[in-house]
Amino acid sequence: MIKHDIVIIGGGPAGMAAAAAAYDSGVKDVVIIDREEKLGGILKQCIHNGFGLHKLGKELTGPEYAAVYEKAVADRGIKVFYETMVTDISEGRTVTAQNSGGILKIEAKAVVLAMGCRERSRGALNIPGTRPAGVYSAGTAQKLINCMGYSVGKRVVILGSGDIGLIMARRMSLQGAKVEAVCEIMPYSGGLTRNIVQCLNDFGIPLYLSTTVAEIHGRERVEGVTVAQVDQNRRVIEETKRYIPCDTLLLSCGLIPENELTSTAGIPLSAVTSGALVDEHRQTEHEGIFACGNVLQVHDLVDYVSDEAEIAGKSAAEYVKGNLHSAVTVKTAAGNGVRYVLPQRVTVPPKEDISLFLRVTQPFGKVRYTVKSGDEVLAAAVRLKAAPGEMEKITVKAERFKNINEEITVSLEEVQ
Amino acid sequence: MKRELTCIICPRGCSLSVNIDGAKTCVSGNSCPNGEKYGIEECIHPTRTVTSIVRVENRENTMVSVKTARPVPKENIFDVMEIIRKTSVKAPVKIGDIILTNIYGTDIIATKDIV
Repeated sequence: MIKHDIVIIGGGPAGMAAAAAAYDSGVKDVVIIDREEKLGGILKQCIHNGFGLHKLGKELTGPEYAAVYEKAVADRGIKVFYETMVTDISEGRTVTAQNSGGILKIEAKAVVLAMGCRERSRGALNIPGTRPAGVYSAGTAQKLINCMGYSVGKRVVILGSGDIGLIMARRMSLQGAKVEAVCEIMPYSGGLTRNIVQCLNDFGIPLYLSTTVAEIHGRERVEGVTVAQVDQNRRVIEETKRYIPCDTLLLSCGLIPENELTSTAGIPLSAVTSGALVDEHRQTEHEGIFACGNVLQVHDLVDYVSDEAEIAGKSAAEYVKGNLHSAVTVKTAAGNGVRYVLPQRVTVPPKEDISLFLRVTQPFGKVRYTVKSGDEVLAAAVRLKAAPGEMEKITVKAERFKNINEEITVSLEEVQ
Repeated sequence: MKRELTCIICPRGCSLSVNIDGAKTCVSGNSCPNGEKYGIEECIHPTRTVTSIVRVENRENTMVSVKTARPVPKENIFDVMEIIRKTSVKAPVKIGDIILTNIYGTDIIATKDIV
């Protein structure tokens, strides 16, 4: 058994930022455990630009953004266990991991969960048809092309218009493939508008909304797909079926936080975010265990992952130093038009202002958000538009939480 | 000339309204000065940063990611890609290393370290 003050599980953007923040908050004995041979997580394969505008004030590619935090980790002398897979976290915060050297047991004073997320697979989507080669999740294709240099396909259909699907539509086009269509089952895109502009419109790729892949054809290799429009219950409308010849189908149908470790440890998860239930310190319902990044909630921007990870890292350090005491909390809840609010509970009164993160249920025009506890309005904010693909943040001043004991609800109403 | 655009500078994706009348330009809907600049340039001469990959000769199944140091004219994206595709490098490569010089007015630089 070895001992460390803070063990961080995952060396992607969340893990790296949490490690540096914990160190800078005064706890020097921080270690990162990562299953790959290099830090950076998914950023290593995201070779496109657009990262860092908010957080670092410059526009970087994924690998460049990762390198900034990799350097922060190295400069602080933070130890990294590479090619090491965590298999268990006990109630008493003993982390069990495995690598080529055998089994490792680390007793930690605090643990930060930063395992990220994974893509929804074909199996989970239940797409009918044969099982030929040429069906990839968008992220797998991204890794094969960008890191390993394979050509994945020449004629492509993409199901799902999340950001990875849009980015891959552009990537495949640049690599010389013909992207025939991006199909989205919902009546709106799940990706950022800027990605529709610069990844689809720039390359003349059509986006078909309320459309899905109804069947995959081909024995050895994909030969084509049948696409069809869906009704409001997302059921295929038979008479709209049409065949598109292609050799590759990419799936970009949502990301799922990778919480097997978390649930095995008995840490309660949210049914909506599929991540742990946390307070404003990103502390889960198990004392001393924190969570951040895409394992907590799927983010649109890595910049916000880094922000969240810094909160978790700093809080883990405060916990180790004995400064984070259990306190009275009030639950937060999603009201009209809001799908979820994170954190799911907040300390009252808090020491600092609290930012509430949320996603809306469907696209809206101009909206007014209201944060209320009982009849008392804690904060309000107006935004020109709201979309499920874009996370929203509303900050509530610390002093507004005085004398609050009822559930805090965030709701929206459309305004003219 | 009047055009409605979505700004692609940052994820906020502001809806821009650009009005160009000879030398007089007017951009509205932007939340920052970058949006105004983008709106005008997109109407007069659109440019894009191109990111891609270059094969590393002395490493198995390894690519180094690269980008144009500055945006290139949008109409030359595929010309730039054709040049990048024919290129290969030898490791080690450091972030910021110049891989190719003077490609449509800028350099192609590495965005990843390959040891």
